[in-house]
Amino acid sequence: MSRQTIEPQRMEPLAAPMQKTRWFSLENRFVPPLFITLILVVGHLSFGMLESYQKTFIAIGTSLLAELVLGRIFHGKWPHLASAYITGISVGILLRSPAFWPYVLCSLISITSKYVLRMKGRHLWNPSNFGISVLLALAGDFVTSLSIQWGNFLWPMLVIWALGATIIWRLRRFHITGTYVASFIVFAVFRSWMTGAPWQSEIAPITGPEYQLFIFFMITDPKTTVRSWKGQCIVAFLVALVEMILRFNQAIYAPFYALFMVGPVALALDIWLHSPRTKSFAPTV
Amino acid sequence: MKRGPAARILLGVFFFALLLTPFAIRIISARRSVASNGFTSSAALERHGFYFTEVSKSAGVNFIHQAPTLDPKLKGIMPQVASMGASVSIVDFDHDGWSDIYVTNSAEGSNNALYRNQHDGTFKDVAPEMGVANVNQPGTGVSMGAIWGDYDNDGYEDLLLIKWGRPELFHNDSGRGFTRVTEQANLPKWINANTAVWFDYDGDGLLDLFIGGYYSEALDLWHLSSTKIMPDSFEYAKNGGRKYLFHNLGNGKFEEISDKVGINSRRWALASSAIDLRGTGHPDLFIANDYGVSELYLNDGKNFRESGEQTGIGFAPKSGMNVAFGDIMNQGKYAIYVSNISEEGVLIQGNNLWMPRDEPNGIIKFDNLARDLGIELGGWSFGAQFADFNNDGNLDLYLTNGYVSQDKNRSYWYDFSKVAGGNSTIISDEKNWPDMDNRSLSGYQQKRVWVNDGAGRFVDVAHAVGITDTYDGRAVAVADLWNRGAIDVVVANQRGPLLIYKNTVTQANRWVEFELEGTKSNRSAIGAQVTVFWDGQQQAQSVSGGSGFAAQNQRRLHFGLGKHPNIEKVLVRWPSGTVETLNKISSDQRYKLREPQ
Repeated sequence: MSRQTIEPQRMEPLAAPMQKTRWFSLENRFVPPLFITLILVVGHLSFGMLESYQKTFIAIGTSLLAELVLGRIFHGKWPHLASAYITGISVGILLRSPAFWPYVLCSLISITSKYVLRMKGRHLWNPSNFGISVLLALAGDFVTSLSIQWGNFLWPMLVIWALGATIIWRLRRFHITGTYVASFIVFAVFRSWMTGAPWQSEIAPITGPEYQLFIFFMITDPKTTVRSWKGQCIVAFLVALVEMILRFNQAIYAPFYALFMVGPVALALDIWLHSPRTKSFAPTV
Repeated sequence: MKRGPAARILLGVFFFALLLTPFAIRIISARRSVASNGFTSSAALERHGFYFTEVSKSAGVNFIHQAPTLDPKLKGIMPQVASMGASVSIVDFDHDGWSDIYVTNSAEGSNNALYRNQHDGTFKDVAPEMGVANVNQPGTGVSMGAIWGDYDNDGYEDLLLIKWGRPELFHNDSGRGFTRVTEQANLPKWINANTAVWFDYDGDGLLDLFIGGYYSEALDLWHLSSTKIMPDSFEYAKNGGRKYLFHNLGNGKFEEISDKVGINSRRWALASSAIDLRGTGHPDLFIANDYGVSELYLNDGKNFRESGEQTGIGFAPKSGMNVAFGDIMNQGKYAIYVSNISEEGVLIQGNNLWMPRDEPNGIIKFDNLARDLGIELGGWSFGAQFADFNNDGNLDLYLTNGYVSQDKNRSYWYDFSKVAGGNSTIISDEKNWPDMDNRSLSGYQQKRVWVNDGAGRFVDVAHAVGITDTYDGRAVAVADLWNRGAIDVVVANQRGPLLIYKNTVTQANRWVEFELEGTKSNRSAIGAQVTVFWDGQQQAQSVSGGSGFAAQNQRRLHFGLGKHPNIEKVLVRWPSGTVETLNKISSDQRYKLREPQ
């Protein structure tokens, strides 16, 4: 596994030159949107996952529109929409509400957060993680998260995991997913030992669809992860650790909240360590 | 960022406003709901036109439901698994013109009760002497519900008892007792059923019988060889019990024909009911399934075609627990109310109100308008029934709810959601589920009484009209128990008392009731539709062979008419196809209608 350093300016949500990009490379910004679309299509065709086409389209449309408007205003040019598309589709899949307005609001909060909550030119939170966590915390009487869609069946899970792992491997971010999954399993066994609950019940969440999106899209988001390979592994481990603590406190949306708390702190520390003022003290990786 | 500080400040303000939006919506929603400042009868009568008084004790009814105790292998989650069985059905079993009440019990060795109406405001349990009490003997399973229909057209309603166990058919011997005729009728030895409905699917004048399985019929829940009894998915499960359609052969025997007529499903059925949704003269069958989508079997008089996806009702999987029909817009068309689960911060499925819209070529499609009409969120919802509680001419809705009420301060929801989202191999095996350990799961919930304002909006007035109980409600049945022109409510609670809510209605509003008896059609007149036309509007109701959750309303049809009604005509469409028009109908009257020969 090669270690790489990504320049901050490449994290901006702008169109990257495509001529020299390699298929399945980190620069190919169409791969994640294609993959998440595939998940959506497969999930829907096999299990009717989408409760409503309209809600998913509204989430995607709002996200794209917000990105276009804010990108144009604050960067002076039309932004690349791959990131906003992933945000919109994640909101459309992960958020559950009988009403339409939460999908609009969540997409707006997610995209706007990228332009407001910034440090040294980088946004700190994964947009959909921020939007969904905020909605779950502030509007729990109106919304929930995807939990029991997707059929609970084995083969779709295996297909998504195999495909996701392959793509993430080619994108050189498998170490993040791998660290998180391994940590989750270890902590699940620990929770089982501590609480007396069957270990299968502690493992169960990660076999669900919610985690497939979480481990392949949220925690691996290039724009909101730290630079070093080792640092990314440590952050993934810390997310799993905080999630375990939250689970001990019976937090149903523990993974979202854990990433919400750990991710920005780690990223801010990373930016601070690599800022010009402290650059000479930053560890080399 | 290329923009200056002003733009960034504006963006910050916009972002802050977005974060505040849920609070603003919550405030607006709160203003829309009816403020509850406690209950007073005078205020309830003035504002809503009715109120309820719980009278079970003074009426001589002291029934407490006992839950089943299944195989000890299920001990860890027994309250969750053994969470059904309380049911109620209304019947005039002795043909005296007064509604009686049959309620089921679910512990092995416990007795069911048949409360005969004494005509003086009280009831007397006559189940033991009638032979329909001791029906939960060990080895035979326990009661889950009961429906009444005159399957042999002798003028007396017969009793079909469904169980997690051996279904039982009891012939009504002219109101003087019951004779068990299960074997003669060719009913199966074991069905783990939670729903059944009487209806004449082929219009031959004989009541047929649908029974929907929940757990697989291969399981004896008291003697399990394995703990793998749970659904294999919480939204797409197809490992439940099979479905049965028993065709009435007319000689006391039934023939099982579900496969032959196109009813073939292993979803986990919890509620069902039948009504002619398309005006074809043939009753269609609607099934609400737990752990999956609902099913709508359209009936052409000979065969059924499952049309859930085509009609729009079978798309989003939820936890269907109720089927009730009501012409809530006074348009002569039936909406369908299906209850589901809503738990703040965990799972918000929302209940469904399927409103029909006509499409070209006679195709029917439905839109879910529960949210628009304000009847979407009702907790862990179970039984619900439409009825005009204030006689204002618009059908209202009573909903009961609450799943498992144990320790008030400890919830099982975290563990429940943790496992329910997992892979099928994990969730389908009971041993993988953490013990409930006396924790509650959507317990102690407030019931809903939604009043229809006639303008497309329902408002919850439960507290304001005297409904404050928080038992784990299951079945709701409505009836004019004391022949007063007011619709009373009977609620069966799991591990709780049978509640009888006596209705006091404003005298300003008028009503009319119809008691139907078939001749060419089945004698119970199940499937007959009465449409009342008054003051430029119309309302249709149909005689039902079972609706709601594990419930059956009175067969008599009750119409509220509002103030000073001018009844233009009444249209009766009998199951045989005979249509009768009645022109001289007065309000505040009860009519006995016999089908023209």
